[in-house]
Amino acid sequence: MGNPNVGKSVIFSRLTGVRVIASNYPGTTVGYTKGYYKFGDEIAELIDVPGTYTLEPTSEAEEIASEMLKTGDIVINVVDATNLERNLYLTLQLLEKKVPMVVALNMWDDTEHLGIHIDLDKLRELLGVPVVPTVAVTGQGIKELGENIARATSPDNPVRTNDERWVTIGNITSQVQTITHRHHTWLERLGDASVKPLPGIIIAAAILIGAFLLVRLIGESLIGYVFDPLFSNLWAPVMLKLGDLLGGTGFFHNVLVGSTGGNEINFVESFGLLTTGLYVPFAMVLPYILSFYLILGLLEDIGYLPRLAILMDTVMHRLGLHGYAIIPSMLGLGCNVPAILATRILESRRERFIAATLISIAIPCAALQAMVVGLVGQHGIQYVLIVYGTLFVVWIILGIIINRFARGLSPELLIEVPPYRLPPWRTVLQKLWMRSSGFLKEAIPIILGAVLIINVLYFLHVFDAIANFTAPVVTGLLGLPKEAVTAIVIGFLRKDVALGMLAPLALTPGQLVVGSVVLAMFFPCIATFVVLLRELGFVNMLKSAGIMVVSALIVGGLLNLVL
Amino acid sequence: MSDHKQIPLNRMESGQRGKVIEIQGGQGIVRRLEALGVRTGRNITKVSSMFMRGPVTLQIGNMQIAIGFGMARRIIVELD
Repeated sequence: MGNPNVGKSVIFSRLTGVRVIASNYPGTTVGYTKGYYKFGDEIAELIDVPGTYTLEPTSEAEEIASEMLKTGDIVINVVDATNLERNLYLTLQLLEKKVPMVVALNMWDDTEHLGIHIDLDKLRELLGVPVVPTVAVTGQGIKELGENIARATSPDNPVRTNDERWVTIGNITSQVQTITHRHHTWLERLGDASVKPLPGIIIAAAILIGAFLLVRLIGESLIGYVFDPLFSNLWAPVMLKLGDLLGGTGFFHNVLVGSTGGNEINFVESFGLLTTGLYVPFAMVLPYILSFYLILGLLEDIGYLPRLAILMDTVMHRLGLHGYAIIPSMLGLGCNVPAILATRILESRRERFIAATLISIAIPCAALQAMVVGLVGQHGIQYVLIVYGTLFVVWIILGIIINRFARGLSPELLIEVPPYRLPPWRTVLQKLWMRSSGFLKEAIPIILGAVLIINVLYFLHVFDAIANFTAPVVTGLLGLPKEAVTAIVIGFLRKDVALGMLAPLALTPGQLVVGSVVLAMFFPCIATFVVLLRELGFVNMLKSAGIMVVSALIVGGLLNLVL
Repeated sequence: MSDHKQIPLNRMESGQRGKVIEIQGGQGIVRRLEALGVRTGRNITKVSSMFMRGPVTLQIGNMQIAIGFGMARRIIVELD
């Protein structure tokens, strides 16, 4: 346990070998992860918990931390050595709970260039528990920390009042810590500049535009030079052979290879399990997942996101949120599921409802975005920009509306701004690996399932019945061919496959824009739906879903009129 | 009474230093600020504030904290 952003997850990962996502901003961890640490013949279960400043929780994530304390036999209290005073408050509270404890004094390497000297022996004596200096990102001190877990002690500590704790902390720090003056580093100057209004906005614009262009460049290059050639040069001949073997027509042929046009395979439109079912996840979505999460990981580890939160605070207040809600929203551009979990860093239920609803309506995930760029982008970048622009306007307007009607007040921003750090490659690459392999593991079964269901339903002519039934709305209101409803239905499983279903319909660019926006807004995919239900509860989920359906139809209808 | 000027945090200039002398607010706000190190008696330096009543960023020791405008208004600082 420890304060937010002190490196608990990195230490956990080092001790147990279990990979967890770690970043340079408070509130990366919002749930708990279990792992095992072996010392000698004994095996201990280790739990990574969210950070908290005190044992009186102010958010869902902090509540989880306080709850988990009750289940632990030993606490490893991770302390930021560069902010001893503030960190010791939680340390004292933990000591008062009489749980055996060992302290990891993390970021030990930073104390030196910050001009901080800490007398370790004195600190051990005053706290009465083992204190191990560590540098989690390099692994320094982790072995010693492990050895000291068995030596965790629970010295006698009176339960103090708030003021008594601060007096005790003052006594401790004045005895163990000496600080010498030093000059500002260039990273600190850059950090200060990015929270000043004018340079801050210029820096933000540069970073966001740069990030967008980089994601696009890396994604396009991966598709153009790696994944697409693999499919068209190596996989296509295999598929054509297989198509011949299966006789060129029939149910099984269509399920596996899809509808082929002679001696050429259209991987986007054929809709076979082994063609479109693999091409969509690997050659259309995965490249963008890789490039998006690489850039996001860098932004996270540099420590830029909290500064973006400060810049956006005024805007976010209009939406009934405060600036920190920008972090879950940014995560949503990758996948809505972790984004909705990340709303646990927000303080009130009202904020969580607004943030989660806005994310599932107006923040398209990387998979959907990749398909939008791939399909809509064929007709020109301006159409892609219309999709993004529309969703952004929806995000703002819907936020203002919900803010007006949802009861309660949203609290003020109060966050710690971490120092800029050079991103450690180990955590950046580890995160990239976890998130991309997570995508493959979770998405591919559903994508293949969706393609299979589509084939079966087509075969049984079920879609025709649905299409005729919903034709008034789909054709009348949205101006799409009635078959497009199948995409909306499949959108409940996966939005990337759903958008792919629009490809064979020969839509006009305008219709594709309407289709993309409606698909993004209409209803969350099944994974997001489950998380929404769990995090918001049944009643709020219903409200949220109602807002989604109504706003998707209104916006889709309006777009149809304009385009 | 000291002859130094006492003003709320949001009205400090960037780069000015001062000491927190009062936090006007209920237990909840005081506790949350204290947990982050903002307590009466602490020396702080204002780093910046966003326009349009945006958050105030300040430096305490080695740490920077951003505080929403409404909360910053209730933190009274005595300038050095």
